[in-house]
Amino acid sequence: MAWLEKHVPKMVLAPSFAVILFFVYGFIGWTAWVSLTRSRLLPRYDIVGFIQYQRLFDSPRWDTAISNLFIFGFLFIVISMFLGLFLAILLDQKIRTEGMLRTIYLYPMALSLIVTGTAWKWILNPGLGIEAVVRGWGFENFRFDWLINPDYAIYTIVIAGVWQASGFVMALFLAGLRSVDDEIIKAAQVDGIPTLRIYSAIIIPSMAPIFLSAFIVLAHLAIKSFDLVIALTGGGPGYATDLPATYMYALAFSRGDIGQAASSAMVMMMVVFAIVVPYLYSELRAKND
Amino acid sequence: MTDITSENTGRPLAHAVRNILLRWLLLALLGLFALYYLMPLFVMLTTSLKSLEEIRTGSLVALPREVTFDAWAKAWSGACTGIQCEGVRPFFWNSILLAVPAVFLSTLFGAVNGYVIAHWRFRGSNLIFSLMLFGCFIPFQVVLLPMARVLGIMGLAGTIPGLIFVHVVYGLGFTTLFFRNYYVTIPQELVKAAKIDGAGFFRIFWSIFLPLSLPIVVVTVIWQFTQIWNDFLFGVSFSQSGTQPVTVALNNIVNSTTGVKEYNVDMAAAIIAALPTMLVYVIAGKYFIRGLTAGSVKG
Amino acid sequence: MFTRTTFAAATAALLMTGSAAMAGPKAEVLHWWTSGGEAKAVAVLQKEFADNGGEWTDMPVAGGGGDAAMTALRARVLSGNPPTAVQLKGPAIQEWYAEGVLADISDVAKAEGWDKILPPAIAKHMKCDGKWCAAPVNVHRVDWIWANADILKKYNIKMPTTWAEFNAAADKLKAAGVTPLAHGGQAWQDATVFEAIAKGILGADGFRKAFVELDTATLTSDKMIAVFDQMRKMRGYVDDNFSGRDWNLATAMVMNGEAAFQIMGDWAKGEFMAAGKVPGKDFLCGATPGGGFLYNVDSFAMFKVAGADRQAGQKLLAKLIVGKNFQKVFNLYKGSIPVRTDVSLDDFDVCAHKSAADMAAASADGSLLPSYAHGMALRSAQSGAITDVVTAFFNSDMSSADAVKALAKAVKNSL
Repeated sequence: MAWLEKHVPKMVLAPSFAVILFFVYGFIGWTAWVSLTRSRLLPRYDIVGFIQYQRLFDSPRWDTAISNLFIFGFLFIVISMFLGLFLAILLDQKIRTEGMLRTIYLYPMALSLIVTGTAWKWILNPGLGIEAVVRGWGFENFRFDWLINPDYAIYTIVIAGVWQASGFVMALFLAGLRSVDDEIIKAAQVDGIPTLRIYSAIIIPSMAPIFLSAFIVLAHLAIKSFDLVIALTGGGPGYATDLPATYMYALAFSRGDIGQAASSAMVMMMVVFAIVVPYLYSELRAKND
Repeated sequence: MTDITSENTGRPLAHAVRNILLRWLLLALLGLFALYYLMPLFVMLTTSLKSLEEIRTGSLVALPREVTFDAWAKAWSGACTGIQCEGVRPFFWNSILLAVPAVFLSTLFGAVNGYVIAHWRFRGSNLIFSLMLFGCFIPFQVVLLPMARVLGIMGLAGTIPGLIFVHVVYGLGFTTLFFRNYYVTIPQELVKAAKIDGAGFFRIFWSIFLPLSLPIVVVTVIWQFTQIWNDFLFGVSFSQSGTQPVTVALNNIVNSTTGVKEYNVDMAAAIIAALPTMLVYVIAGKYFIRGLTAGSVKG
Repeated sequence: MFTRTTFAAATAALLMTGSAAMAGPKAEVLHWWTSGGEAKAVAVLQKEFADNGGEWTDMPVAGGGGDAAMTALRARVLSGNPPTAVQLKGPAIQEWYAEGVLADISDVAKAEGWDKILPPAIAKHMKCDGKWCAAPVNVHRVDWIWANADILKKYNIKMPTTWAEFNAAADKLKAAGVTPLAHGGQAWQDATVFEAIAKGILGADGFRKAFVELDTATLTSDKMIAVFDQMRKMRGYVDDNFSGRDWNLATAMVMNGEAAFQIMGDWAKGEFMAAGKVPGKDFLCGATPGGGFLYNVDSFAMFKVAGADRQAGQKLLAKLIVGKNFQKVFNLYKGSIPVRTDVSLDDFDVCAHKSAADMAAASADGSLLPSYAHGMALRSAQSGAITDVVTAFFNSDMSSADAVKALAKAVKNSL
């Protein structure tokens, strides 16, 4: 009985762990294997070496995709995090219309990008959307043509991405703000510490686990941003807004080049690994100390 | 919190004025952001209320000259998604059959896992947690093909239970993360005291942790429901006719390769397809607050 | 003993009812024709199938010109549960055959005499290792140029028959403040314009060398540089906001008199028709300059499935698809023309008549060409690599000489 009591936690965790081991790490292993083959339409299993990786690094489109991932990922995560926290703090000021505002900030997450992409496409299109409207107001020289400019189009993806995800981050932070012990805040207020300082010195540092959640959520969305690109720019102009996820999908499913798609997936996961693991490590270690 | 600051200062009137100004600034800021978030919805709503003729000839981002609900009716029960032209309605049920059990199961597993990792640490439990977390980052495009094979072997190919299984598996990382991060904020002493009182693993979970979990359950449910309801990639790959979820139907309405595009119907269909998630947000938002207030009363 | 006979009898009875229930042909059909005229067109097939006692299960997956459907198809094949019939086209048919998953429908083809009624160039796409493995549905012409009749009349412009004429007309329009070319900046639309120009400048043989045989000398020839030069000129004829525009919005520009021309396949006709425009009066259709005919043939391939009922379904489906009645009704809805040459075109419009006449002529003189942009000429990995270069060129200030080099490199890398 004591033995059982001691091992119950492990037994409870075991099935989930086994499932993850097989369906995540097993499948990563499978992908690694396939990336060493010449698989086209369907996977094949005879290894030919690193030829797919050579082809991948020879492809200018892949270069664009990977550098876009850095630009997009960084801006998307930082801006969403900042905006989410900022909105959560504003909403935390006992706003009467909080319920409504919260829903407004949150709803973009509910809509499928298959169609919101079209709406964004119109809004950002200089001939139809913001630029046309502002010019209509008499500002003839107003320009907002990022969507059709290959050098700036990736930033429109950031705008739409932030629009979609920052509300959820706001909800996470709001939950965090509310779970901070009221007594501590009251004590600080009695001591005459300014509100801003209470936030920056007491409340925000106490929300470290929330930052971890928010980071994971956002990083996950950034890496998997797929619908967003497909719906908003289709990867264009040219392939200026391609991301690794869209590249991989195109190669695996529309181009019948599964071997190369697998190699791109492996490179992508290595990049993620290099960025996420140190972060996870430092976060979890800090918790244990 | 701003109003409390004023109580502690010597010149109440000047501060009252400043506070009112700050308050207005705050509201203006919040309103401005609300506009940013509402803009696409505005475009979608107005477009869904226009006739196709007006869309073809007029500006795409203007108010409708003539409001018509035809597109909504068509999207719900008349738009073609292949040879059957019954709108998104028949596909709703599939999505509900799929999303409700998947959300429930993944939340349940996440809660138990998070509880173990936060309060019943053992050698390697943090490693397991890290491995589960990293699993969140696996691109779904990668798992499609091997998963198809596995589902085929399990005899779940093309079925709703198969889709539920897939969503639970790839939701585990997130739900565990959410619960673990919430449960670490619950003091260890509570668990220790309960253990001394003779309460076991499940009893502590059931009578101490679950009652405190409402806010995080809400967050998790919002997240999981949104992900699962809006999922297209798994839905399209692991379904067959009769089990296709609503996103696949929406996609079939919206995406025609060489046919005439009915933007008004597309937009209406998109809003209809998103209604359950929005409903969850509105309802959950309420409980979100209630749960939090309940928590603070205890605190 | 007694029990055993009863059991045997019961089993036999069960089997009989079982096979009786299974007698009707069945088909689960994966396709991406989900909306508007396309969906109506498929419904015609479904109805005919049902009229012949068949039971049709619909498995529509739209998006990205079949990308999503191909994703679903792979998952279904790998899970050991492939659909009965799948919309597939071009060399992809032979690729799937090479994976050993396609069924042989030669007996239907022989019984129906497909060899006699299909143009040989098109029949070739339906055969794998000499066996029939797919049934053709329609012929879309890709190299159309659509024009707004009023604008052409106002500026006294004739439908161009050479690229020089086109450029002259476009310059004239541009000077007058009219957008000469309505275009949507999506990769496949860039590729559509590109291949129309290539057909005109390289000629039929050059086109085949470049986009079917991937001959390096042709891909890097001076003529190919000239193709990119013309492509660069086209870039000057589109409006500023072309990026990412859907093709149908570009068609609407021609319809509303905001632009004069559009280069697009004959599905654009459906968009004009849906808006109540009349061909020959409100809008004009002509072949892009330079002769030849670029085709895009839709077809259905049959996958290997178990069960007599489903195999019967495949045969029935194949037979109906090429049948005269379906060919006519379907193509009226779809804006394309029938694949078989013996269908009466009385109910078709002037553009379809022109398409059919041109196809017959091109078939006779060997200039009936597969569209590379629409997946008829090359494996998708190869055509995709070419499109990457074309769209990158069109959306940047790359020089034509560099583009040709990039083209040769991309093609080599895709093999």
